[in-house]
Amino acid sequence: MNQNPTPQTGHDTGDYVTVNIGPSHPAMHGTLRVVALTDGESLKKVDPEIGYLHRGVEKLGESLTYHQFIPITDRLNYCSAIPNNVSYEMAVEKLMGVEVPEKAQLIRVIMMELARIADHQVCIGILGVDLGAFTPFFYLIIQREEIYEIFEWFNGARLTNTFGRIGGVDADLPDDFEQRWEELKPNVRKANDETEKLLTHNRIWMDRTIGVSAFSAEDALNWGFTGPCLRACGVKRDLRIDEPYCMYDKFKFEVPVGKNGDVFDRYIVRMIEMEESLKIIDQAYKLYKEMPADAPLMARVPKVIKPPAGEVYSALESPNGELGFFVKSDGSAKPYRIRIRPPCFMIYQAFPELVEGELIADLVACLSSLNVIAGELDR
Amino acid sequence: MDDWLIAIIKVVGIWVWVLLIAVVMTWVERRGAALIQDRPGPNRAGPFGLFQPLADGIKLFTKEEIIPTNAQKLLYIMGPLLFSLPAFSAYAVVPFGDKIILGGKEIILQVSDVNVGFLYILAIGSMGVYGVILGGWGSNNKYSILGGLRSTAQMVSYEVPLGLALLGIVFVYGTFSLRDISLAQQGTFLGFLPNWGIFKQPLGFILFIVAAYAEANRVPFDLPEAESEIVSGYHTEYGSMRLGLYLFGEYVNLVTISGIIVALYFGSWHMPYIDLGAYLGPISWGIVSFCIFFLKVSFFLWMFVWVRWTLPRFRYDQVMGLGWRGLIPLALFNIFITALFIQLTV
Repeated sequence: MNQNPTPQTGHDTGDYVTVNIGPSHPAMHGTLRVVALTDGESLKKVDPEIGYLHRGVEKLGESLTYHQFIPITDRLNYCSAIPNNVSYEMAVEKLMGVEVPEKAQLIRVIMMELARIADHQVCIGILGVDLGAFTPFFYLIIQREEIYEIFEWFNGARLTNTFGRIGGVDADLPDDFEQRWEELKPNVRKANDETEKLLTHNRIWMDRTIGVSAFSAEDALNWGFTGPCLRACGVKRDLRIDEPYCMYDKFKFEVPVGKNGDVFDRYIVRMIEMEESLKIIDQAYKLYKEMPADAPLMARVPKVIKPPAGEVYSALESPNGELGFFVKSDGSAKPYRIRIRPPCFMIYQAFPELVEGELIADLVACLSSLNVIAGELDR
Repeated sequence: MDDWLIAIIKVVGIWVWVLLIAVVMTWVERRGAALIQDRPGPNRAGPFGLFQPLADGIKLFTKEEIIPTNAQKLLYIMGPLLFSLPAFSAYAVVPFGDKIILGGKEIILQVSDVNVGFLYILAIGSMGVYGVILGGWGSNNKYSILGGLRSTAQMVSYEVPLGLALLGIVFVYGTFSLRDISLAQQGTFLGFLPNWGIFKQPLGFILFIVAAYAEANRVPFDLPEAESEIVSGYHTEYGSMRLGLYLFGEYVNLVTISGIIVALYFGSWHMPYIDLGAYLGPISWGIVSFCIFFLKVSFFLWMFVWVRWTLPRFRYDQVMGLGWRGLIPLALFNIFITALFIQLTV
């Protein structure tokens, strides 16, 4: 008989017990489901099941106009909607051959980096909660709320921002952005410092994270990892540097890399990335201030977007990794096909490999550190 | 007749008092968590939200009791009772003050001064694990069984260092009775250190407090109910007041453990360096000693809250490793050193 058959709930085999975790479970972010074959506490076989949050996002795109699809992209990675919007807009702009004004690009950079900070704050906070450290979550989430205040000030939405338009952005930064930003920056740093104090050198935290679900760089590349999870394995790949978009080549920032690709490295990489994002926003805002006040925010695009027939793939570095949009046009006002490449999908494929042989508690830690977002995974 | 009356008053009085502390503890836990986490916490029901536990209690009592279809009915119902009864009865041998003289009659502030108080505490404390394992088993839920399994392994493992750490105290004070140990902690030794257990058994104290946290299933040893891994562990399937008994029993356990810590290691009702009993009348000393004792207890209760909202949680294998490879050898070492010291000096 097969030693480790595919686990099914209700079919406990011999020495092993199948445990069904999710889709409704406190540790399953959103609606993920994992069926695990366990031997006591250790995981013999893990079978992730996806699709519980499938809403047919790609198919929806085919019946909506190009602009109408932007709010749908909010619902991909709902922890940071802005990079989703921008990634889609960039794909359509590339298809149309539109050059976005520099000022609009800077606003996009500022907002995307704010979203990156917010996303990493949620990820690290939840990682702490899943490992039993509840308090850092609040320190981080309070600052994330402040970031959401800025988003709200910008266009009225906190979570589903529907940021920007095809060809630029719809609004300039609010007048008091500088003041809000200067208030926010030290607070974010302080929250990060406090989180570091509570977690990074905490003996229990180190025991729980170092070496847990470690992954080699080669494996990570083979599985198609991108983003912080890949960088934690020691591969220095960041689309912001390797394939610059939105004037990212004008900013100076470090790309942190880890060594072992374990939970601890993913955590540290995200912590450093937040700090680097703060630096990028500072530089972008400096450039922004040098722009004339009446510089255009939108490229000249027709009211009804009808890209020429053709197809294009465009990607950017979202907080989770490479977020790509493939858009195919047949020349009409609606896309012929939209295909989304979410970073989570590739990462989550390797999940069984990452956790098999570890303990149940490690499964939870690994899942949070990968930052798998169901909305992005199932689309 | 008088003795009977006094005994009944003491039993009921301390029972109500411990319950009251446990109730307030649920409030302290939530407000303390809020204080640590930069948020207001429950502040709507009554002044500072003090009536929140009352509201919670009413909620738990009035909720529908559901027994899962596949549960083992007897075990399922027995679980919370087996957990909370030992918790309520363990305090019986812990003192709550020195003594009070009423109408020429000397009353010691302790429900019962058993001469094997330690053994009683260890025995009753171990009973609680039955409630956890039977509740977990009877629920017929895999998360519950995992939680029950974890807690059994943990509580059985940590009973050993707990007992060994207590043995050091027995060596030092030469008695099993908690009242005698409390009395012996008056005064100073080496000229300046109070005669407290913590100064005579520093290593033993650390071992005891770590093991006690594990016995109480508190963070960082809360894996039997790790909500992010196994939902709620052994009480996943429980609702209404049955769940309430589990949660409540935990707080009663905390009060008992804090009481034991104070009685054994922190000088019980004694103030350091000053013997208040010599200055105060018999009645007022009784009241003051009671207050001193519970001030110390409240500090340790707060420490439980403090630690809970600061530390992450251990993993199952790490807890076992710490218990068997860390605490037990250290506890044996502690006993050896203590015995050697006593042998050489006495």
